[in-house]
Amino acid sequence: MGMFDSLKRGLARSREAIAEVFYMGGEVDEDFWEDLEDRLVMGDMGAEVAMKVTDDLREQAAREGLKTARQLSRALAERLAKEFVPAEVDPFEDLPSCVLFVGINGAGKTTTVGKLAGVAKREGKRCVIGGADTFRAAAIEQLEVWGKRSGTEVVTRERGADPASVCYDVLDRAEKDADDLVLIDTAGRLHTSPELMRELEKVVRVTRKRAQIPVRVVLVIDATTGQNGLNQAREFNSALDLDGIIVTKLDGTAKGGIALAISHDLNLPIYRIGVGEGIDDLQAFDALEFSRALVGDGESE
Amino acid sequence: MFDSLSDRLQNTFEKLRGKGRLTEDDINSAMREIRMALLEADVNYRVVKNFVAQCKEKCMTAEVLESLTPAQNVVRIVLDQLTQLLGSTESKLVLAQNRTPNVIMLVGLQGSGKTTAAAKLAFLLKKQGHSPLLAACDVHRPAAADQLETLGKEIGVPVYRGDGKDAVKVASESIKAAVDGLRDIVIVDTAGRLQIDEEMMQEAVDIKNAVKPDQVLMVVDAMTGQDIVNVASEFAQRVDFDGVIMSKLDGDARGGGALSVREVTGKPIKFVSMGEKPDSLEVFHPDRMAKRILGMGDVVSIIEQAQQVTDEKDIESAARMLREGFTMDDMLQQMQQIRKMGGLQKILAALPGGERALKQAGASVSDDQITRIEAMIHSMTKEERQRPKTINGQRRKRIARGSGRSVQEVNQLLKQWSEMDKMMGKMRSMANGGGNSKKARRQMTNMMRNMGMGGKMPF
Repeated sequence: MGMFDSLKRGLARSREAIAEVFYMGGEVDEDFWEDLEDRLVMGDMGAEVAMKVTDDLREQAAREGLKTARQLSRALAERLAKEFVPAEVDPFEDLPSCVLFVGINGAGKTTTVGKLAGVAKREGKRCVIGGADTFRAAAIEQLEVWGKRSGTEVVTRERGADPASVCYDVLDRAEKDADDLVLIDTAGRLHTSPELMRELEKVVRVTRKRAQIPVRVVLVIDATTGQNGLNQAREFNSALDLDGIIVTKLDGTAKGGIALAISHDLNLPIYRIGVGEGIDDLQAFDALEFSRALVGDGESE
Repeated sequence: MFDSLSDRLQNTFEKLRGKGRLTEDDINSAMREIRMALLEADVNYRVVKNFVAQCKEKCMTAEVLESLTPAQNVVRIVLDQLTQLLGSTESKLVLAQNRTPNVIMLVGLQGSGKTTAAAKLAFLLKKQGHSPLLAACDVHRPAAADQLETLGKEIGVPVYRGDGKDAVKVASESIKAAVDGLRDIVIVDTAGRLQIDEEMMQEAVDIKNAVKPDQVLMVVDAMTGQDIVNVASEFAQRVDFDGVIMSKLDGDARGGGALSVREVTGKPIKFVSMGEKPDSLEVFHPDRMAKRILGMGDVVSIIEQAQQVTDEKDIESAARMLREGFTMDDMLQQMQQIRKMGGLQKILAALPGGERALKQAGASVSDDQITRIEAMIHSMTKEERQRPKTINGQRRKRIARGSGRSVQEVNQLLKQWSEMDKMMGKMRSMANGGGNSKKARRQMTNMMRNMGMGGKMPF
């Protein structure tokens, strides 16, 4: 099953929601546009972006004489896809690479690290995990379970230890064992906590300084996040200079819009999206396919 | 950062000034601003539509249309309406009187903060004189039970883990364990689940049937977006919860989801959780939440934050300041306090109208300034800090060199200090000369309180 299919399955509900607009008799009137804007807002795209997209599409429809729902839906998908920033490198394929995972509490950082380690191991890459979440109760144990599942070594210290020192250790270990993919899990923190953000800055600084291989800082964001996601991404970006995003938990109902807002606003590529519980459900991101799956492409129906 | 609603409305109505009477169109454009504010706060789209329609009706009265200050009137109406919707009265935990142990069950999506909320709730109940037991029924996420156990140890509440395989079995066994261990409340922590995951939803229902909880609480992340309506209504339908705990409110999310959940399911918000510490679970205040959703500045929270960072030591040092005068060390301390509260920008932005002021001031109000002042004070000797008056021209030059600032900046700092010292002098004479009358003393305390917050900031 290709990425498109399972992504479509994951996004089925939001696609249905938007596709509904296009099936309302095909007559394109004032209500149609208003309804379309509503639906985009409900996908967490943000009121401003939704208005802009709708206005643009409206202009385009007038200019190119698009009349049917199918034509419009295709134009919409293409329009949305343009808002995403393409990734220049894939930090999980372009090795050697050291990736730091950051984000707020409960975004799914630890699970993402676990899954990515599983995939890397299966593909025969030499991978090591760093457990730099020394704050949350049992975060290390959770990571160790994931490490055992995939047979990946987890380098960590006791709870309460300096997270930067864990990064140092894991890079040491990676050099000794000639590992080429280093995944480092950090403690979740709210972007509004100045002390914790400073701590994270230090972790990133130390890692960048110590590492001989390219270091990428990736923000993990929960797809159910609303407009605050933009604030989060901005704060993390200005503190840490992010390289990209991973969107998790896209397998619920209508959502995914905030990913577009962040990618567009901060000029950040999306590296992976999580559309299910399984290891294979963490997939590479394709802007056009994502947008098409989101709006319903009008071809496969 | 978002513009606050009142600022936005002010702008809208400024354009209309001099018109004498507002028309329906004017109200419509005000409603548009309200709609945007609510959407930016993640209130669900349908809820916004209804809400705005209701507000519009209320605003179309002569009282508002002909008022001299229509903006304030509209804001007041919106705020009242919102507070009312969020639930005007405090909603408490309802536990059956004649049942031991009482059972509270927590449900929610993955990563919403259930396990943390469970520990916080246990801590709160323990403080109220109960003896709770935590039941670790999250058998799906790796090490979830370990997390609960660690948290339980920290707050001194036992955790029942059972075999860690069958959630329903663990839940029902935990009740027996509570009876054996003389515990009067069991808090059941469950696994996070998506509302569309049939199997997991069924598990939650099974646990509920097995333990028959007095209260089922749903934990909702304050940052959730539009989808929360689907999540909450599905949970309400299947598991039927009694109330909501809003988590992660210590961030800057405006928490519009609270309104959506309340509107769609009719379930009240019982607690808000803000912070990493076990004592950060608080009773929900609808009025504060309403202001937060509208982005109107959360003055009460700022004050509370200030109270948190000013401890008794600070009050002592304030008394000393009065006796011995205001030193550079005191100034430094104030700077650090501002920093502890998250920086000047954040404090200002949280005050009503603060964002406007910030914008007007442009770059001149920045936390860099605090850093610079700190650097200059750090470059002074102990004596200089105690008696800034002894700082002569040569010393100024040295301080400037030491901190990497210019002599002018050092001069400015000294001028600020002398102004603050003068103010302290006034207070001192008031305290001494004003006798011991109660009024004078009250005035004093008020002023001290202001000082504690950074009183007159040197900008």
